[in-house]
Amino acid sequence: MILLSWVDLTLAGSLVVLLALINWFQGLGLGRKILLGAARAVVQLTLVGLVLKSIFAWNDPWAVGSVALVMLLFAGREVQARQTRPFEGLSGYWAGTSAMFVSSFGVGFFALTVVLGNHPWYQPQYAIPLLGMLLGNCMTGVALGLNQFSQGIHRDQAAIEAKLTLGWTGWAASGEHRRQALQMALTPILNAMASAGLVSIPGMMTGQILAGGPPMEAAKYQILILFMIAAGTGFGVLLAVSWAAYRLFDERHRLRLDRLRAVFVPKGKRI
Amino acid sequence: MPAPLLEVKALQVLNGPPNDLLLEAGALVGLEGPSGAGKSLFFKALADLIPHQGLVMLEGQSQAGFAAPLWRKRVGYLPAESAWWSDQVESHFQFPAFVPFEALGLSRDLLNGPVSRLSTGEKQRLALLRLLENKPQVLLLDEPTASLDRASRGLLEAFLLDYLAKSGGAAIFTSHDPEQLVRLASKRYQMENLALSEVP
Repeated sequence: MILLSWVDLTLAGSLVVLLALINWFQGLGLGRKILLGAARAVVQLTLVGLVLKSIFAWNDPWAVGSVALVMLLFAGREVQARQTRPFEGLSGYWAGTSAMFVSSFGVGFFALTVVLGNHPWYQPQYAIPLLGMLLGNCMTGVALGLNQFSQGIHRDQAAIEAKLTLGWTGWAASGEHRRQALQMALTPILNAMASAGLVSIPGMMTGQILAGGPPMEAAKYQILILFMIAAGTGFGVLLAVSWAAYRLFDERHRLRLDRLRAVFVPKGKRI
Repeated sequence: MPAPLLEVKALQVLNGPPNDLLLEAGALVGLEGPSGAGKSLFFKALADLIPHQGLVMLEGQSQAGFAAPLWRKRVGYLPAESAWWSDQVESHFQFPAFVPFEALGLSRDLLNGPVSRLSTGEKQRLALLRLLENKPQVLLLDEPTASLDRASRGLLEAFLLDYLAKSGGAAIFTSHDPEQLVRLASKRYQMENLALSEVP
């Protein structure tokens, strides 16, 4: 394996800086965001590299658990931050986080114990990267799904109320929107599975190949990961969107959009 | 003495005063009042679509004793503006073959077309027919004839009276047309600032 020096990374980073500069000159307004995103990635990944070095050395379940918890809480915050109309209060945050916890940790635990059969099952070299991939994808899915769902219900409130008026239950009245949310959330992983190998060599496989692993083994691991991601994301989104559908109607099957935060467009701003 | 079809006791919506109302079987009651007086809110509360206080009873059984979807099938609310969830007209009906489109002057061919091609008046009548598929005992009609021409309005009024006579149901309707209120309503109520009062 070719070892990377900081000079190598600086060279690669110069491309990102160039992109930001062009953005800035053309007044496209994304220059700052690009640089900030790149800077965040450098800081976060460097820190994680350092932390993982110690975690791998300790091989302690509590240390692995703490890292997992921190990852989960950040994922929950990310989901909440990406909502146009989040639920009022903290209920949305906890619902998204719980959904990701159940599905990502559940699927991850299943993969580690039943499929891989690791001893001990929490062996950090496997547990943390696996959980990271599951959680990252689940987070994107849950964020997309919840946003699509609450936006859709809000947009089509007249039609939903028409259904309720005709005696539909809240669950039935939100069916079409739950379906759309699930579809939206699963599109990235469905695309990834469809294009895997044909268009893209997915991240994990690339990593193993670059690290000198045999391609066939790398392919098998990638298949495992794709399955886990599809299941983890799907279950997480199902849970989160079901909760949202439950929450947007009360016990008398009334649509309760007052439970979502309202969006105010500043005066004079055209969007 | 049998319980009245619909009995409303001290119904409060938002911060409005408590309102009472009695609806006997077969009655057609008019509700008038300026826009924004709370007529639609009153209807929505009767249909249990918004939170409210007070007692609403259907044949002596309280609203809370019904599952909400069942209540709304019995107490049918027709909003002033209809909403549609599918592009196809037909998919909004449970049993299109049994819906009496002709009685309201509508062509059955409308079923095969898209919702976007319907006029406001067609939508209003189709929404009523869609609601009547549930055979509600109480109808809450929010300006049911607002966008209809004279002839269609006459058809709808006759159709409504016929439905009430045959089903033994009752209806409350709102209208901004004083003549229509006098012509149809056996009793009239007025709503102002969420307060209901009987018109003598």
